[in-house]
Amino acid sequence: MSARYLEVSRLEVKGVTKRFPGVVANDRVDFAVGPGEVHALLGENGAGKSTLVKMIYGVLHPDEGTLLWNGEALQIADPHAARALGIGMVFQHFSLFEAMTVLENIALGMDKPGDMATLATRVRDVSQAYGLPLDPERDVYTLSVGERQRIEIVRCLLQNPKLLIMDEPTSVLTPQEVSRLFETLRKLAAEGVSILYISHKLEEIKQLCDRATILRGGKVVDTCDPAAETAKSMAQMMIGAELKSVTRRGGASLGEPRLVVEGLTLASEDLHGVDLKNISFSVKAGEIFGIAGVAGNGQNELLLGLSGERLADHDSVLRIDHRVLGRKDAGQRRQYGLCSVPEERNGHGAVPGMSLIENGVLSAHHRMGLVSSLFIQAGAAARFAAEIVKTFDVRTPGTGVSAGSLSGGNLQKFVVGREILQKPTVLVVSQPTWGVDAGAAAAIHQALVDLAAKGVAVVVVSQDLDELLAITDRLAVINVGVLSSAMVTQEASVEEIGLLMGGVHGLDTAPATPDAETAHVA
Amino acid sequence: MSPDPGLLNPAAWKIEPRREIPRSLLYATPLLAVVLTVIAGFFIFLFMGYDPLLSLYHFFISPLLTLYGLSELMVKAGPLIMIGVGLAVGFRANVWNIGAEGQLTLGAITGGVVALAFWNETGWWILPLMCGAGILGGMAYAAIPAFLRTRFNVNEILTSLMLTYVATLFLSTLVYGPLKDPMGFNFPQSRMFSDSGLLPILLEGTRLHLGSGLAIAIAVAGWVLMTYTIVGFQVRVLGQAPAAARYAGFSGKRLVWFCLLLSGGLAGLAGTFEVAGPIGQLIPVISPGYGFTAIIVAFLGRLHPLGIILSGLVMALSYIGGENAQVVVGLPQAVTGVFQGLLLFFLLASDFLVRYRIRRRAIQAAPDGQTQAAEGAS
Repeated sequence: MSARYLEVSRLEVKGVTKRFPGVVANDRVDFAVGPGEVHALLGENGAGKSTLVKMIYGVLHPDEGTLLWNGEALQIADPHAARALGIGMVFQHFSLFEAMTVLENIALGMDKPGDMATLATRVRDVSQAYGLPLDPERDVYTLSVGERQRIEIVRCLLQNPKLLIMDEPTSVLTPQEVSRLFETLRKLAAEGVSILYISHKLEEIKQLCDRATILRGGKVVDTCDPAAETAKSMAQMMIGAELKSVTRRGGASLGEPRLVVEGLTLASEDLHGVDLKNISFSVKAGEIFGIAGVAGNGQNELLLGLSGERLADHDSVLRIDHRVLGRKDAGQRRQYGLCSVPEERNGHGAVPGMSLIENGVLSAHHRMGLVSSLFIQAGAAARFAAEIVKTFDVRTPGTGVSAGSLSGGNLQKFVVGREILQKPTVLVVSQPTWGVDAGAAAAIHQALVDLAAKGVAVVVVSQDLDELLAITDRLAVINVGVLSSAMVTQEASVEEIGLLMGGVHGLDTAPATPDAETAHVA
Repeated sequence: MSPDPGLLNPAAWKIEPRREIPRSLLYATPLLAVVLTVIAGFFIFLFMGYDPLLSLYHFFISPLLTLYGLSELMVKAGPLIMIGVGLAVGFRANVWNIGAEGQLTLGAITGGVVALAFWNETGWWILPLMCGAGILGGMAYAAIPAFLRTRFNVNEILTSLMLTYVATLFLSTLVYGPLKDPMGFNFPQSRMFSDSGLLPILLEGTRLHLGSGLAIAIAVAGWVLMTYTIVGFQVRVLGQAPAAARYAGFSGKRLVWFCLLLSGGLAGLAGTFEVAGPIGQLIPVISPGYGFTAIIVAFLGRLHPLGIILSGLVMALSYIGGENAQVVVGLPQAVTGVFQGLLLFFLLASDFLVRYRIRRRAIQAAPDGQTQAAEGAS
């Protein structure tokens, strides 16, 4: 293995520094990726990983230092030049046109897409080969976050890259899909493709990566061989402190059912969405209930149905503490104690163009008493936003900045914190730690556990199975809009859950053909 | 710095969206648009064979030099401001009421009918009653697109615009028919309103009436509504992030109704003010396109009620300047429309600069300093 590193590095970064007003995002960063090497970049949000890879991909340009490609120093003017060199990147935040199809989006992101029919075939081939099911004809706006990410991955793979940069590629995949992707990546690496892999999932890095470079505060603080480290030791290098593990109250007594959902059936609003079919479950006071499943199996619809953004057919479908709320909208359900955190933060859980203060008012105006006789109470609103920032350690220059200027993880902490501080009786959270670093994820998990300890019924919808296994008491799996029966988390096996998640239809492109469904039920 | 031939190469420039919209630019572009309009006007006059400086003087300056000119400015700005404020609230919520002209016409009719019903009576209550009727008339007319949008998801741009023409024809039908002045020698116009049906004049010897003052008060109220109340907040959230509005429990349908009724009501009130102010009776045409011009006013004022006071004055000047230039310099009547169109064009064009920035592209091995300078400049 070490012999490989004696060759000329595919990419070498030497003394690269990048400054932004008021902050040094990268401070004399050095590292190298050899041909066929899978190299991890590890670091908390704001450690400078994104800045670094943006410079490699030509989006930003270093203030100091050099990039060497196959041993030659050069300037990468823009992403076009980067792609011409053979650098591909899968971004954490997608650059997709919602109103266009998967195929059109892929073609737009390529420098030489060729004719559409051939491209469609290639998309199908590549997505099949690499375990990333994708229907080229679907409109992007109908896809879930997980499915959108697949487009980005496939788009890169189509261009036969020499260096593939992956920014948190597995956040929304099932364990089976992750291992399939890893097989693909290993295969690519064996073919000589270098892979720069950014992830917070330390176990994945241990499994996949040959080397890891750890960034903290814009500087390289360490390099290591992930296979020789434990996830905990790497996390400690990353955050530079002892990692707090989530403390569970063992076998706490659970109360009465607080949230009861009985026969929730909801036709999806969009053509390619997944209809919810007769979903029933109940969550007791003090319980954390997990809903696992692959992206695009009805999670979005379920969230809308629970939060009240979509109404049920009958009032009795959803009850909180015996109060029937099925026909009440999101504002009314919140008044009765049901708070929720949607999967998408920008534009759904928060308004990007508005300040944190205004985003505090967004969902908390009633429960926190931020409005009196039509007028927003500016002082109370500012205090509430400041309280969220302080309690949940949201890194921001102030509460007056726009929500859109916060990093994904910080905005997530803000949105989750906003709902928790409203003292809900039922909290529904989707993807609580998606794109959030290990330290922040632990803080959010702890907050959810603490909330449950106070007698709140918590529902966590997540595609991150490790997360659900770590914090839930019971869990169920959603698959083509059908929810499995609930199981006690401690007694559940990953294989069993994985099978339910992948199920019969798991790797098919077309969801819910009647046959597959019957087969599944049978 | 010596000019670099590379500067002329289109590939050397790059247009990219701004991540944060600078507030200074947001307010600078309307001024830029006005300046560009004046410059374009200069050349248009020049090519048409008029003395450009003299024409511009009579268009933009001389109307402002007399008390009468200033009072006329307020008379014309009043309806533009009132309607513009109402429209801006809707535009903030992505509710596109394009039919303010029709709602103005309906407001003029309902307010006017009340005045005519009491034409031979006196009383302080007649005027408030007319205003109430005008507001309700405009609201009722805006309720049609609101109903169609919320019930059947019909685009309100089309319905509100088309209803404008229905309203104008309806007014004609009335003044040629049932409301025609019996003593009016068969002219298509109603009786003159009684004094109780006319707005008080604020400045003796001019047409400056109470409505102009109220327009300013309405703009201030609009600012308070949008900035400090939960209703204004809901409107802004709906416009910026509809999914977040639904998540917060703000009813999209209720807000569509609110925006259309508010803008319709204000347009209706402006219509009543027109017939109860400068006109004093119902005639076939009561507005020189205030309802449409107010759309430009709303955007030129950055959809901000206080900005709309300023932009309303600017657009009012285009009406008065146009008339003045017709009389003094002999410019064609179309000049007003040309100027309004130019202004909207330049405004939309310079808005591009608010949302995007133009950057020097680093071509191959651009020295670091250059890239930095380009970034720093933008």
